[in-house]
Amino acid sequence: MRDLLITGARLADGTTGDLAVSAGRFVEASGVHDAERLDADGLLALPGLVDPHTHLREPGREDAETIATGTLAAARGGYTAVHAMANLDPVTDTAEAAEHLLALAARDAHAEVVVVGSVTKGLAGEELSEMGLMHRSSAGVTMFSDDGRCVMDSLVMRRALTYARTFGGVVAQHAQDTRLAGPGACCHESEISGRLGLPGWPAQAESAIIARDVELTQLTSGRLHVCHVSTAEGVEVIRWAKSRGVNVTAEVTPHHLYLGTREVESFDTTFKVNPPLRTDEHLEAVREALADGTIDMVGTDHAPHARQDKDHPFDVALPGMLGLEQALAVVIEVMVSTGRLDWAGVVDRMSAAPASLTGSTTQGRPIAVGEPANLVLVDPAARAVVDRDRTASKSRNNPYHGRDLPDPVVATVWAGRLTHRR
Amino acid sequence: MRHLLSAGDLSLAEATSILDVAEEMHAIQDRPIKKLPTLRGRTVINMFFEDSTRTRTSFEMAGKWMSADTINISAKGSSTSKGESLRDTMLTLDAMGTDCFVIRHGSSGAVAQAASWVRAHVVNAGDGTHEHPTQALLDAFAIRRHLRAGGDDAFEGRTIAIVGDLLHSRVVRSNVLLQRTLGSRVVLVAPPTLLPTGVEQWGCEVTNDFDAVVDEADIVMMLRVQRERMHGGFFPTAREYTELYGLTPERLARLRPGAAICHPGPMNRGLEISSEAADATNSLILDQVTAGVSVRMSVLYHLLGGSPE
Repeated sequence: MRDLLITGARLADGTTGDLAVSAGRFVEASGVHDAERLDADGLLALPGLVDPHTHLREPGREDAETIATGTLAAARGGYTAVHAMANLDPVTDTAEAAEHLLALAARDAHAEVVVVGSVTKGLAGEELSEMGLMHRSSAGVTMFSDDGRCVMDSLVMRRALTYARTFGGVVAQHAQDTRLAGPGACCHESEISGRLGLPGWPAQAESAIIARDVELTQLTSGRLHVCHVSTAEGVEVIRWAKSRGVNVTAEVTPHHLYLGTREVESFDTTFKVNPPLRTDEHLEAVREALADGTIDMVGTDHAPHARQDKDHPFDVALPGMLGLEQALAVVIEVMVSTGRLDWAGVVDRMSAAPASLTGSTTQGRPIAVGEPANLVLVDPAARAVVDRDRTASKSRNNPYHGRDLPDPVVATVWAGRLTHRR
Repeated sequence: MRHLLSAGDLSLAEATSILDVAEEMHAIQDRPIKKLPTLRGRTVINMFFEDSTRTRTSFEMAGKWMSADTINISAKGSSTSKGESLRDTMLTLDAMGTDCFVIRHGSSGAVAQAASWVRAHVVNAGDGTHEHPTQALLDAFAIRRHLRAGGDDAFEGRTIAIVGDLLHSRVVRSNVLLQRTLGSRVVLVAPPTLLPTGVEQWGCEVTNDFDAVVDEADIVMMLRVQRERMHGGFFPTAREYTELYGLTPERLARLRPGAAICHPGPMNRGLEISSEAADATNSLILDQVTAGVSVRMSVLYHLLGGSPE
């Protein structure tokens, strides 16, 4: 691994200087030899981004994504770490499954892979998975989620929050009351769903579960993370819970910050996602919440799907969309360009806060001598029309295809090596 | 016109043209030999991913009476996440040189998706709980004939009450769009649990009280209540539904003079409509069925061109 010398980069705090990297860490400029030089004049250097919510599809659906392609997409998006959700095949519900995933990542990954364990065996929502053994394994799992499915049973959720407390674990909930919508629910319940005859999810399917879960978190003194908050009502419940000191964090996806439910009028299944795209008042609420810190972080919910799983009627096609490669672009477009978030805010919401979910010592750290060398070089002014075929992902369910967006990521360095360079 | 996917796509001129040509087509039903050469050499595939008797038969007759080569495919269950994708199914049949697909599908939007993938013309013969534009056209055809018999066939100023399970009805969505284009006043009547979200933005009046509007309507269109809804918690019992929302003999007696009754079928006699109402002299229910063939001939003619004779 060659040393790196990045010259002229501006940091989030506004200072400009050269960054030297050797043996995976930032060092004094005098500490590098025969370094590969990167001219970062006019570019911003931010700590490597951390995605708290990624579907890598390996093992199980390597036709849709692999650890190699998913983490390369992450690198192209400026990420140096991703949290690999447990809804794999086999499900990450044992220490063996967690260690296997870690071994695959050690061989193939272009970013750090943080293993997320399931809350319940087989994601069935009934019996707890081996949380303690997963935690004690070499994967050191401290985050648990049945994401893709909601832990519906209140008692199971209570037990999970209580049990994970013993080792400081966090339970990440996909908050969605499946009983509040019909079986075919596939979009946001609104005037549009009524007109299109598509069964919809009301916003309260999300906020009712968040409300229950923050109460259970209070009861158990546990730790809750709310995945992909998409509604104004959900934001209000979290704001209220935080004001009462409940130990809860929350994330919002790039697509819930940027795309509205009117996209489904085309019946293009690229826009089928769960939770669904919402109406403007919800978009405004989650943007505001990300700005004021009620929502702590951005999570991509990067969900690759093979074409044959999307070429179906809207109610049958699988839900989910890509996110890793355009997440920073979307945050710049809706949060930075509009003055809602400054660069220090971006660093917090996309790097430091998600890294703190699992108490990472390698990610979300400042750019400083002695720290792990994870960074992304950003050109804040660059723009491009998104082309879904220009991707590292194996899948093409990119909802930003054809849109003019910022094109910020110039280079990514993970643990001292270049994982992406434009 | 390339496709007929939504009743909302039709301008007043287009809708009127379809109804007028349907009148010409209607004459064929009285002939001993029901055959026009109009669509000779054209291939129409009726793709029914969902069961249907009257709509499929009516499209088949419409195609055959116009000399099209009409093929019926019952593809029920063939488009699931495990089987061949809808896209592959459509591309395969499109590649055989099909001129027109008539598609019925259980999923809302599936027909519009199919239309985006194929070269051929596409007619929506009912997609999920979204739309059923030819049903709305045949309803309008039967209603216009009824109004004409009363001396004035203008839709303007007429009140059409549509009653029943609006939430799960593709018929109501297409009827609202078409009747508003034609100029009618539409009043929607349903229990609150069977009203679609946002129905107040459809440009219609909406009420939960059938009795308040039953004597205002020129047309009362009763919608079928599917048996499975009775177990879905949408209303307490069939008895209560009939009492509150059925076209009972008592409500039949309160209809204004000249008012007529429609039902897209199949009916649940005794539930949403009494036999007295279904078989009344002012019931248009069989006229709707007859109109179905004529209107579908007209739709195929408008899409596939040629001259009527």
